[in-house]
Amino acid sequence: MIGVQNLTHRYGDRVALSDVSFEVKKGEIFGLLGPNGGGKSSLFRILSTMMVPSEGRAEIAGFDVARDPAAVRRTVGVVFQTQSLDKALTVEENLRAQGHLHGLSGATLRGRMANAMERLGLQDRRKDLVETLSGGLRRRVEIAKALLHKPQVLLMDEASTGLDPAARRELSHHIESLRDRAGVTILLTTHILGEADRCDRLVLLHEGQIVAQGSPTELRSRIGGDVVVLETSDAESLAAGIRQRFGATASARDGQVRVEIANGHRFIAEVVEAFPGAVDSVGLHKPSLEDVFVRETGASIE
Amino acid sequence: MSSFILPAATLWQRELVRFWRQKSRVLSVVASPLIFWLLIGYGSNDLARYYSGTLVLTVMFSAIFSTISIIEDRREGFLLSMLVSPAPRTSLVLGKILGSATLGWIQGLMLLIFAPLAGVNIGLGEIVPVVGAMFLISFTLTGLGFAIAWKMDSTAAFHGVMMLLLVPMWMVSGALFPMATAHGAVKAIMWANPMTYSVALLNHTLGLPNAYPGATESLVVTAAFGLALLLASGMLAAQQSTRSAA
Repeated sequence: MIGVQNLTHRYGDRVALSDVSFEVKKGEIFGLLGPNGGGKSSLFRILSTMMVPSEGRAEIAGFDVARDPAAVRRTVGVVFQTQSLDKALTVEENLRAQGHLHGLSGATLRGRMANAMERLGLQDRRKDLVETLSGGLRRRVEIAKALLHKPQVLLMDEASTGLDPAARRELSHHIESLRDRAGVTILLTTHILGEADRCDRLVLLHEGQIVAQGSPTELRSRIGGDVVVLETSDAESLAAGIRQRFGATASARDGQVRVEIANGHRFIAEVVEAFPGAVDSVGLHKPSLEDVFVRETGASIE
Repeated sequence: MSSFILPAATLWQRELVRFWRQKSRVLSVVASPLIFWLLIGYGSNDLARYYSGTLVLTVMFSAIFSTISIIEDRREGFLLSMLVSPAPRTSLVLGKILGSATLGWIQGLMLLIFAPLAGVNIGLGEIVPVVGAMFLISFTLTGLGFAIAWKMDSTAAFHGVMMLLLVPMWMVSGALFPMATAHGAVKAIMWANPMTYSVALLNHTLGLPNAYPGATESLVVTAAFGLALLLASGMLAAQQSTRSAA
């Protein structure tokens, strides 16, 4: 549904995207995960036809985003990170204006509006001015607005920014139901791990390059076993000691040593005994996408 | 065809609805030219001389207010979703300019209430030409604001342009002193200044003195300038960018 081939983008001398390629299948939720400045926003702007890439190509539903932006715009719905609603208008007025931009009018438009508001649970707020709505509700209006023209693809840029965890979960729920009930293909950018974990597949972007791609489970399985995080005053030498003694993957960063190892609980007992006094605190968890990101880049997402 | 008219109409309507809901904006646009006019007019005991200039200033302020919102609207606002909609950019430009021009026009018309102070009595015969001229001027100045604002990244830069270009243009438009008494280079600038023709057009239609250049000339230049700015705005907005449009 979305095909990106060897996409490169530069702002002057600065390379924002470097030879990025991936495919998004119909009906999946696909995530672009990475820290801010990793290239997600540039990629999003190219896919949403707001920017023409320096090199390479991107296609949505068979239309080239640079050569045939009008066709792409009919095919995709876009939800921006920043607000794209008119706060001085009501929910309904915002939706109606958006419908008009897509050439919808009359009974068709009314039907689409009712449908979109129902899907996002906005019926009883339809007469309210947008400036009176909470952040979570505004996001839902944005999505309703992006769905009016029945797009095959929904592009969402950091859609959960500024939402509390409850509103964020609710948003994820709405997105999943769009995929399941309407068969919409969804591409979202995020730097939030919980959100990335709910994607069907994702790419990890770092400094404009893809460092890993696959399903969250596949990505996590790159790390065998558990992740043990040790806090210590001298991370470098502890990491070196662990590598030597246990033959495990251990990396030092910000006063922490991160170790990937099977049977982490047993390792904890051994490591504390092997380096008496060196370990200030210990944590054990199953591998997260953050661990995968750290492993591939040496940097952290959040 | 409806895919061209509908987006333009919805943007035009949006400007009016917003305007109606933010009535306080009217005060800032109408009040300051009115105060300038009363101070200068009473002080020099010649309200008539500055009346047309005051109308143009009101319309110009309105145009500036409306088009400055483009800059913010594109970063964070309704304009973002317009840019990724299939609606033709030219239709969006037309809707935005017509909507903003209508607001400037309405606010300019409000100042017509004070015409008797300038010794002007607008009869039935004058009302259509005056109202028509006001709309044309509003359309032209909005087009100018749009063409300037579209490529700008910050509202601060727009303020700079306003103080360095728009306000000086108004000062040498015949709004403050007639072209006949102007000296040297300023007189040449006044000839080249499109706003001179706006002020003259109003002086003609209101039957005020200093109606120079001629009526037809003023009408043609103002209309041509407005049309050229509309085309320029359309072309600017239709360009695809390799930098971010947002």
